[in-house]
Amino acid sequence: MLNTVYQLKRPRQLETCFQDITLDREHVIVRPTHLSICNADQRYYQGTRSEEVLSKKLPMALIHEGIGKVVYDPTGTYDIGAEVVMIPNIPTEEDAIVAENYLRTSLFRGSSKDGFLQEYIETVPDRLVVLPKGINKTVAAFTEIVSVSYHAIDRFFRFSHARRKVIGIWGDGNLGYITSLLLKSLHPEVKVIVFGINEAKLHDFTFVDETYLVNQIPDNLKLDHAFECVGGGAAHKAINQIIDYICPEGTISILGVSEDLAPINTRMVLEKGLTIFGSSRSGREDFVGLIELYKEKPEVVDYLENIVGSEICVRDIKDIVNAFETDIHKLIGKTVMIWDE
Amino acid sequence: MERKDVYGVILAGGKGTRMGNVEKPKQFMNVGGKPIIIHTIEKFAVCPGFDKVLVLSPKQWIKHTEDLIRRYIPVRDNIVVIEGGSTRNETIMNSISYIEKNDGLTDQTIIVTHDSVRPFVTHRILEENIEFAKKYGGCDTVIGATDTIVVSQDNKMVTEIPERSKMYQGQTPQSFRAKKLRDLYQSLSKEEKEILTDATKIFTIRGENVYLVDGEVFNIKITYPYDLRVAEALLGGGYHA
Repeated sequence: MLNTVYQLKRPRQLETCFQDITLDREHVIVRPTHLSICNADQRYYQGTRSEEVLSKKLPMALIHEGIGKVVYDPTGTYDIGAEVVMIPNIPTEEDAIVAENYLRTSLFRGSSKDGFLQEYIETVPDRLVVLPKGINKTVAAFTEIVSVSYHAIDRFFRFSHARRKVIGIWGDGNLGYITSLLLKSLHPEVKVIVFGINEAKLHDFTFVDETYLVNQIPDNLKLDHAFECVGGGAAHKAINQIIDYICPEGTISILGVSEDLAPINTRMVLEKGLTIFGSSRSGREDFVGLIELYKEKPEVVDYLENIVGSEICVRDIKDIVNAFETDIHKLIGKTVMIWDE
Repeated sequence: MERKDVYGVILAGGKGTRMGNVEKPKQFMNVGGKPIIIHTIEKFAVCPGFDKVLVLSPKQWIKHTEDLIRRYIPVRDNIVVIEGGSTRNETIMNSISYIEKNDGLTDQTIIVTHDSVRPFVTHRILEENIEFAKKYGGCDTVIGATDTIVVSQDNKMVTEIPERSKMYQGQTPQSFRAKKLRDLYQSLSKEEKEILTDATKIFTIRGENVYLVDGEVFNIKITYPYDLRVAEALLGGGYHA
């Protein structure tokens, strides 16, 4: 079957190509319905990754956040028409210690393998998770980024010491919003404080206990632990500010992606005996856990609806370009393409 | 399973007379290492909107078509190969007779007719054909004409240059309420049937509405050796399968 694939040929230039899918007894065919644009997609689209990375990875179909409908399943795992979230991480081996998203052999859609910007996605059944009935599909489209926060919070609870009265989250963008929302939903007993640079954006964090502009933090404020959700060129500033305010033996969870090296105050990391760990991407168990949370606490989905920036109906390359360009100019929020190609 | 009353009808009646010296009908030639007709059947096979996919083939190629389906498509319970007719429209009538005989024909039965040599048809085009045929009774897949269309009555001189914005190039699928299509076809005279170039004209010749479905430029019909080269060129485009 000649599957239509929309690949980024070079920055800002998309092309249609076709790749054969052979129907077999092991693979499920999913028709994407809602696809969400991530900053990582934008870095390829705008060409802000290094020339070396771009020449190695392109042409490639972008998008690793998306949902779809099962249209063909010879394995009998799913009902035809089942609405599913697609897991972009594709492990090629099993490891008893290292999670699937950290195995160097794993592939990732929209990074080391074509992303979801395709007519059909061919996948093995365990890369799909059925969505709750009636869930807001636009929110469900960016389940992947939410699962990344879920994964980081899960790891944080494994790595950090048990005094977790006050946790700080740096970053007032999508990732900061999602991480603070999940943290407060999963652990309401924790006092969650969000730090950002845009007062208007911070006003949207109604579910947390306190918010501060980063230049107006009280001197006596103390944190047991913190999450960095800033990334980009300001990642090092956020991390150093966290180091200033965090209590000894605290844990810092780094989530923000940066193209630059981040010089940090290692002296104080040593003096305070801090633990710094990173998290990236997520695996099947994070998706499954998150979908359970969506079922148990539907208000989480309602809060996530607040960060839907634009919904754009996409039928062809012109519409895809329009979605990416619209996404560039957003202040906050996720751009979701309603896939009607 | 609940009946949807929608049938895919893949027209594989061509004998390849325009493909130069090749022996096989063009639908059996390979694109991307697989017969064109298989690519087309697969697109229908993964579209959940169909009760059955009927493949209409010349009698002498029925077994060959069945063999290919068996080789390439593991789940094929709803794919049936039957004999085509002497013309395109007679072939379509055969498909309607098959449905009537085996499943029963209702006023709502929809057929989505498609050239077997258009393997680039998309999921969206198929879904919209089903939707439009259900809603309006008939639809035709088209793309806007990019070249100026020239009319010549005597095949020697230009008679007319129609306004391009109103000109479209017809593709397939063409989709209809099957019973209505058959009734209209049977009401035509022999002369009227002779000037039919496709199924849509059965509707329009009787003043029935046929709605437009947006096609795709790449939904090409593989007719000439040149088209095979184009089809091969459209494949590939990177290494990340």
